[in-house]
Amino acid sequence: MPKTWMSWSAYYTTKPKLFKNLKNLKMSILVFVDARGGQIAKAGLEAIVYGKKIADKMSASVTVLTYGSVSNDTLEGLGRYGASKVLINKSITEDQDDALTSLVAEATQTENASVIIFSFDPAGKVLAPRLSARIGAGLVAGVISVPEIDGNSMTVTKNVFSGKAFAKYEISTEKKVLSLLPNSIQVNEGEGTAEVEEFSPSLPDNRIRVKELKPLGGEGIPLPEAELVVSAGRGLKGPENWGIVEELAESLGAATACSRPVSDMDWRPHHEHVGQTGIAIRPNLYIAAGISGAIQHLAGVNGSKTIVVINTDPEAPFFKAADYGVVGDAFEVLPRLKEAVEKFNAAN
Amino acid sequence: MKILVGISKAPDTTTKISFTDNNTKFNEDKVQFIVNPYDEWYALVRGLELKEKNGGTVTTITVGGTDHDPIIRKALAIGADDAVRINTEAADGYMVARQIADYAKDNGYDLILLGKETIDYNGSMVGGMTAELLDMPYVSVASKLEIEGRTAILERDVQGGIEVVEADLPLVVSCAKGMAEQRIPNMRGIMAARTKPLNVIEPSDAKGLTRVVEYNLPVEKGEVKIVDAENMDELVSLLHNEAKVI
Repeated sequence: MPKTWMSWSAYYTTKPKLFKNLKNLKMSILVFVDARGGQIAKAGLEAIVYGKKIADKMSASVTVLTYGSVSNDTLEGLGRYGASKVLINKSITEDQDDALTSLVAEATQTENASVIIFSFDPAGKVLAPRLSARIGAGLVAGVISVPEIDGNSMTVTKNVFSGKAFAKYEISTEKKVLSLLPNSIQVNEGEGTAEVEEFSPSLPDNRIRVKELKPLGGEGIPLPEAELVVSAGRGLKGPENWGIVEELAESLGAATACSRPVSDMDWRPHHEHVGQTGIAIRPNLYIAAGISGAIQHLAGVNGSKTIVVINTDPEAPFFKAADYGVVGDAFEVLPRLKEAVEKFNAAN
Repeated sequence: MKILVGISKAPDTTTKISFTDNNTKFNEDKVQFIVNPYDEWYALVRGLELKEKNGGTVTTITVGGTDHDPIIRKALAIGADDAVRINTEAADGYMVARQIADYAKDNGYDLILLGKETIDYNGSMVGGMTAELLDMPYVSVASKLEIEGRTAILERDVQGGIEVVEADLPLVVSCAKGMAEQRIPNMRGIMAARTKPLNVIEPSDAKGLTRVVEYNLPVEKGEVKIVDAENMDELVSLLHNEAKVI
């Protein structure tokens, strides 16, 4: 067998029969990973692990596509999550939707990608629909499971009715586009190094001009990605009382969230509002204090693995959806729980 | 300024969801339908505010059968000038986007506003697809929108923050909380809505690319385990040893 690229190329041209199906052999799964500020978010790693699970079912390999100023070490390290190859475009430095859409479309072609995967995050909510419409490939947005694949048919599950139900979709087009709901896939780190290549096709000018970025208040974990979440509602009586919520969250390394009335009254910022008309989250642990548990709120959180409800009213509907319940006053229970967590942290 | 607002029908937020036909169809029996909240509260109302400020027209567009007429009349009662209904059942987000784009492409809209997602299928995809099909820029999950001349100034959600962006019209925007306040239609609006034009248009040949083959409900939680409010060490221990989440 030839060893160098030159001899491969000669082998390829002299043995056309053997490589007649080369196109099919080289099928790939393309995973677009957002890299704002040079960082790959956890949601991006989840998308790569998810892509690898699909690739294994299809005897394909995973190509990651990203942009900006991510370090070479980080890019090679994506091999540990299942990437064989990483394409990076260094000329794009912020989210330039028009350029990025074309970048993904070009990579879809050069990589012969049969499935193109995004995170269901702000970037994926723009790029996945644009790509889907551009190449006429069926999109299922916000998937939560690894697809079943049978020949050219793919079925995959997502949340519908704002988390109150699941729907299994069939995608009938040859190419398929999926966007993955954050926290749906466990990130397992393995071995491997990805091959990194610069990818610089000609791209259109951007029609959206970014003027300013206002970082969200509060440090750290974006709510949709958080594994642990402490949330509170009207039972807290006023924004000045949120200290006990934030302190418990800090002891756990959790993000904070709130119910709709709380964000409507501007006690807390809108981006913390979880529920049917806010954001839907699926953390491992959701602690709700002073939230009665209206059906609209439950819709946004019932994908959580474990739910703890703290309420003075033992009849609060939220207890029916909870794994653990504490009947008591949040003003006493939250500080006590924080102390217990700190004791646990110190011992472990 | 010509503004087109996508209006879709959604089950009321308090609806208990169930399915029929061997879990292949949403059970619409006794379901109260409403205008999808993001379409109504944010896209439509912001469209009306911009019209009131800058002049122009607000037209709504809906893909659906005659069962959509009540929610279209509601949008007219809130203040839209006229409505278009593409007379076919929606197949998926792509099909809806194609129908909207096929209608909009010859009608010179300056601004196409939609809700950030529908509360039934939650795909957040019609806006991006419509923009792509019409070759327009698209701003997704926007919480502010101002128009100055032919330029739109917006705020949108991005990973870790809010971005202030500008784009020239024509433009497609998906609208989220912060953009406007809900408006309750008054009696005069409701009366006027009865006679405003609702134009029924036959669909283009666009088809869906995906379909739902089965619905399922989440597995019901078992009995809640009550922990004594005095004993938070026990709760922490349960979360660590039993639930294994900390």
